[in-house]
Amino acid sequence: MENNTSDHKPVIIIHRLPSCESFLTNHLTTTYTLLDPIAAAGPEPAAVRAYLRLHGSSARALLCVEPIPLGSDIMDCLPSLECIVSATTGTDHIELSECRRRGISVTNLGDAFSVDVADYAVVLLLDVLRNVSAGDRFVRVGSWVEQPEFSLGFRISGKRVGIVGLGNIGSRIAKRLISFGCSIAYNSRKKHPDVPFPYYNNIHELAIHTDILILCCSLTDETRHMINKDVLTALGKEGVIINVGRGALIDERELVRFLVDGRIAGAGLDVFEDEPTVPKELFGLQNVVLSAHHAVCTHQSFKAIIDVVLANLEAFYSNKPLLTPVNL
Amino acid sequence: MLYSNTKPTESMESMESVESSSSSLPKIILLKPPPIFVHFETQFSRHFHFLKAYESPLPLPSFLAAAAADGVAAMFATANGPQITAESVFDHIPSLCCIVSSAVGVDHIDLVECRRRGIVVANAAGVSASDCADFAVGLVVDVFRKVTGGDRFVRSGGWCSDEFRLGRRLGGKTVGIVGLGRIGSAVAKRLHAFNCRILYNSRNKNPSVPYSFYSNVCDMAADSDVLVVCCSLSDETRHLINKEVLTALGKEGIIVNVARGPIIDEKELVRFLLEARIAGAGLDVFEREPSVPQELFSLDNVVLAHHQAGFTEECFQDLFELVKGNFEAFFSNKPLLSPVV
Repeated sequence: MENNTSDHKPVIIIHRLPSCESFLTNHLTTTYTLLDPIAAAGPEPAAVRAYLRLHGSSARALLCVEPIPLGSDIMDCLPSLECIVSATTGTDHIELSECRRRGISVTNLGDAFSVDVADYAVVLLLDVLRNVSAGDRFVRVGSWVEQPEFSLGFRISGKRVGIVGLGNIGSRIAKRLISFGCSIAYNSRKKHPDVPFPYYNNIHELAIHTDILILCCSLTDETRHMINKDVLTALGKEGVIINVGRGALIDERELVRFLVDGRIAGAGLDVFEDEPTVPKELFGLQNVVLSAHHAVCTHQSFKAIIDVVLANLEAFYSNKPLLTPVNL
Repeated sequence: MLYSNTKPTESMESMESVESSSSSLPKIILLKPPPIFVHFETQFSRHFHFLKAYESPLPLPSFLAAAAADGVAAMFATANGPQITAESVFDHIPSLCCIVSSAVGVDHIDLVECRRRGIVVANAAGVSASDCADFAVGLVVDVFRKVTGGDRFVRSGGWCSDEFRLGRRLGGKTVGIVGLGRIGSAVAKRLHAFNCRILYNSRNKNPSVPYSFYSNVCDMAADSDVLVVCCSLSDETRHLINKEVLTALGKEGIIVNVARGPIIDEKELVRFLLEARIAGAGLDVFEREPSVPQELFSLDNVVLAHHQAGFTEECFQDLFELVKGNFEAFFSNKPLLSPVV
């Protein structure tokens, strides 16, 4: 990655994992000069900071490619930083309070992914309740030929679904599951006045009155480990949990214990507390569907990432209102 | 919900016990146990006495002849059993008056012969439509979004942060439903909520549905991103999905089958999948179950299922009640609950 500042293109800092360069950068080099500290100085945090202090003093924008921590240690090296463009929906990896203090705007991907995440949450639910992936394994190992026994799944119609976070994703999940005959209730920071579904201001209460919990809220200090032992107990032996939010919404150790002990009926998990690490105990379970943080992974979403990131950068550099600013 | 390995307890019945059984329960012939019987044998056996051809050392014709001598009039048929025709069954058991099928499809029963001989037939119509539709939609979205493939990826320890496994957005796609009966309609309703555009091919146009009708499945395939097969198997629909239809569906197309294996020309389908001339498939049924073409096992873009679209606790409970009710009706000389017309 060339760090060529002589061509007067605005400078953007690239904040990424060491393991790969982002597909995004190809779309930026025409208009912007990219400063990629990892490419230039290696992955060591101290080297990254030294590089940024040396070369990034005039950089006004930073592109956060993945949900990796972005805090004061980096911001301290970039005195001219005014805008962080995050190619993610969640912003829990960014020290937003620091951004507020320093007057740095933050943008995320807005609604770009919502449809795909909603579709994914629903198919995880279908897979868990109807043993789609388990059935595929059953066939591929030859069990269908050898034995007539199998597991029955559960009917979707009539199931009580509790959606945690009724935003862009949650509302789309609700629309889809209604067509399957499910009933919807929700828990959210605030009750939505124009929504016809029963509201529970307490996740524990929601879990008691629910067969399936779907997590699609953002991760904050309030929501960290919101799904704990008490909530899982309230959800019960026949209960199922689907997580397309953030791994840390659930006390993962407790969840694994509940699943291994059969104290809940199943889970569909797209996110984990320590990705890409997945608790090994889950690999032996037939009633769990595991996914590598793929709920956003469609060609259309990836194109949307490019579009939204470019639009926000263009808006920033033209002094126009940002497309998808995050409330700080 | 574990896929367990426990076997049901087996009881051998010999010719002697068929004749001298002290059971006063009504007798029913069972050529091969359907899944509902595997699950509810104990419950069924409280009400009926099953003569199990599959556990008898006798060849089938002799077994049936012995049952005829005993005046046995009822049979419990399974979709995955032998074809029920004059030659295989009726000629050997003239006492047969009633067949209850555990499935909706009765393509394995010669209905013309049944009518000719006055044998009444009941099927499982209506019991599993929503469950089959749910499963069909699960297969569609799974193939689009690579869920089962993704689960395999994680379980094999392959999760790497720099691997992109992009699926495809379902919204805006066109779904062609083959057969707009109970299941097809339920599939349409669900995929409509995913913002899909719905087309259908059926024997007759249904003026009350808002979807576009195609009299020709090939034309519909040409305009579809996904084909979902939900029709019954008949002479007209055998190998309905053939090379021409798959070609029309195209390289980006996906096919899901929750109906009957023989509706698709399976050899052609496998060829198309191996050569990437269609983009993927979700298959719950096959031409020679439980045999599944081995070539499919190496494909990541195919989701395989074991004829499980109707497999829910609730459906099985409903089906058990329906089968039991049909037999009870027959044995009390009442009309069947769900006769095949």
